[in-house]
Amino acid sequence: MSSVSTSQSRAGAQSKTGRSGVWDILILIINIAATIGMVALVWASLVYAKPATNLAGDEQLAQRIFYIHMGCNVGALIAFIVSLTGSVLYLITRNLRWDRMSQASIEIGIIIGLGTVITGSIWAKPTWNTFWTWDPRLTTATITVLVYVAYVLFRNGIDNRRTRALFGSIYALFAFLTIPLTYYSARWFRSIHPVVFSGDNADAQGGFAVGSTMMQTVAVGAIAFTLLFIALLIARWRQLSMEDQLFELREDLES
Amino acid sequence: MSELIEIRKVYKRYGRKSVLRGVNLSVGAGEVVVLLGANGAGKTTLLRTVSGLSKPDRGEIQLGGASFSTAGYELRRYIGLVSHTSLLYDNLSAPENLNFFARLYDMQAPAERIEWTLQAVDLWRRRRDLVRTYSRGMVQRLAIARAILHNPPVLLLDEPDTGLDQESAEMLHQLIRKLGADERAILLTTHNLERALAWADRVCLLVDGRIVFSEKTANLTGDELRRQYREAGRPA
Amino acid sequence: MNNRVQEMNEDLVMPGEVAAAPETVRNAGPAAPSPSVQMRTNGGLGAYMRKVRAITRKELQAEWRAKEVFSTMTIFGILAVLVFGMAFDLRVPKSDMVAPGVLWVVLLFAGVLGLNRSFGAEVDRGSLPALLLAPMDRSAIYFGKMIANLIFMLAMLALVLPTILIIFDVNMIKTWILVALLLGVLGYVAVGTLFAAMTASVRARESMLPILLLPLMVPIFVAGVALTAAVVDGRTLGDFWRWLGVLSAYDLIFVTIAFIVFDMIWQES
Repeated sequence: MSSVSTSQSRAGAQSKTGRSGVWDILILIINIAATIGMVALVWASLVYAKPATNLAGDEQLAQRIFYIHMGCNVGALIAFIVSLTGSVLYLITRNLRWDRMSQASIEIGIIIGLGTVITGSIWAKPTWNTFWTWDPRLTTATITVLVYVAYVLFRNGIDNRRTRALFGSIYALFAFLTIPLTYYSARWFRSIHPVVFSGDNADAQGGFAVGSTMMQTVAVGAIAFTLLFIALLIARWRQLSMEDQLFELREDLES
Repeated sequence: MSELIEIRKVYKRYGRKSVLRGVNLSVGAGEVVVLLGANGAGKTTLLRTVSGLSKPDRGEIQLGGASFSTAGYELRRYIGLVSHTSLLYDNLSAPENLNFFARLYDMQAPAERIEWTLQAVDLWRRRRDLVRTYSRGMVQRLAIARAILHNPPVLLLDEPDTGLDQESAEMLHQLIRKLGADERAILLTTHNLERALAWADRVCLLVDGRIVFSEKTANLTGDELRRQYREAGRPA
Repeated sequence: MNNRVQEMNEDLVMPGEVAAAPETVRNAGPAAPSPSVQMRTNGGLGAYMRKVRAITRKELQAEWRAKEVFSTMTIFGILAVLVFGMAFDLRVPKSDMVAPGVLWVVLLFAGVLGLNRSFGAEVDRGSLPALLLAPMDRSAIYFGKMIANLIFMLAMLALVLPTILIIFDVNMIKTWILVALLLGVLGYVAVGTLFAAMTASVRARESMLPILLLPLMVPIFVAGVALTAAVVDGRTLGDFWRWLGVLSAYDLIFVTIAFIVFDMIWQES
């Protein structure tokens, strides 16, 4: 790492401490908003949303996990889009801040994406009578999470900070670009996923009629998980940049 | 006027370790400069950086007034490198190896040049054998042949004398003399002080990533060089 | 000096100019003066293609002598077909149900063995800097090695397909299956060669490459299996054209991106 970049990041750290008051309050507000959002989502999905009228028994009860499932889905999608943005920006500018954004957002995306897969499996059991099917969305979500886990493993194997950022960014670019191809091949391969918001898939099992309270709950889920993602992203992003600063300071001390 | 090799305030670090700390060095056409230094002093890193294999963190490297950032990959034509590893393919014969590199360097009708180069390092007789059957000294000679094949004005030799017997080392000495006389800039490293004195026009001492001593061999005796070498190795 | 170098930069015939060819070095050496070196410079696409071909040729030549990559891949492939044959023998009523899957699984797993050697061998014997020092855009290394890998894998398939025919009694040597294999292998080596270059100097590269590569291969795998199964079932082009589309799209996207990013790989060393 050049000492040019060291001095830059130090200047960055100083200016950050300069406006730390406003910055900290903003983060606090986002954190609180994310917490309220998640509480609201649990309340809305369990209490507020009216039960699906065309389902009964376990299936009707299990349908409520859909709101969490959908929220996770939105959160993971945003996370991976942000990671793509970070990777491309890193490849263009070679500024490590974008690499940190990409890494932070992928790590959060893995956790939220895992949420999608798990809630999907739980929902699948009463609806399709199996935890696992090769439904295209479930398949794509799972493969995507695995690809990004590979990203984390890959990074851990590289010592040089800049090589790590470069190879990570290239891999993240490839990872994101395969998602649509994986999705469409899995979809054409076979599909039994309930297409919830459009009734054109006659083969879909487990679809349900959507009422207005249900739509509102879906919206709450999307907003809540977006806020959660932003809050976690900022926290992890800051942590990673402090790690890098610490590493550089240690280097300066030792050399 | 800039020399063929110009190294200005070059810094390089790997991870936590600073390897080069502000190296300044220039080698003119027709000059042979030997870099001396203990293992880990940064000799190999310096040669890698000059060859463009590594990018310096700070500072500038110019070859014949051009730098990699402006001239791009065509600048690599200027460089012939002999490295710790042979940079050769074991499962090819000597002419096959050289032919491959001749193609990478866009040489036209390379057959004659390959034959000449192999004659120069005395390997023409073994041209039908695969490199993996060669002795260490022969591999080293072929590595040198590979480096001079495209007739580069800048030669970087990283301990070219390791693994050579007395006769081969003498041949290398003659070769370096000849190459240097042809207006080339030659930068080489060795651990052998006598050889350094005999081969070089100028000797530089690299300690902890800095050049601490530089003197023309004409003004230098063996004892003086040994004294400098010992003192430089001592912690300040 | 400066002026001369400027000239050199302009027409780049420098090595002959800067240094008169060295005379013979030893008494025993040849008496003739050294032949002058003439280089084509900045030859554009033609020169680029010549270098790509030189690298491919070098790979094939070295492989022909060592038989290191092809033999490991092929033996592994044939062994895997045998093991799958044994495993499915009693449980699967009709072998053409699983044969398409077996073909593509064997292809992907055997391929990793070859891809690992592609840059691994260069790093192990320390010859990679020689390629990096050559005056060319480094993507020539990528294409040279990619084409060599493509040839190795197609050669392996030439032995694996008959093995499947014998063990599973399913003939998959049919035009559209071969087209799909060509497209699929192309996409595989396009991404695989790039990642082989990236993992070559990374810790635990042998296990890292499959972990990175296989999840990205899902589109190729799914499309390949579906297309092969459709052909084995005797369906017509109208039923499986979209799989050819998926394979072609994959190839197009990833060859392009790999070409763009390949030169960056050694920038930070």
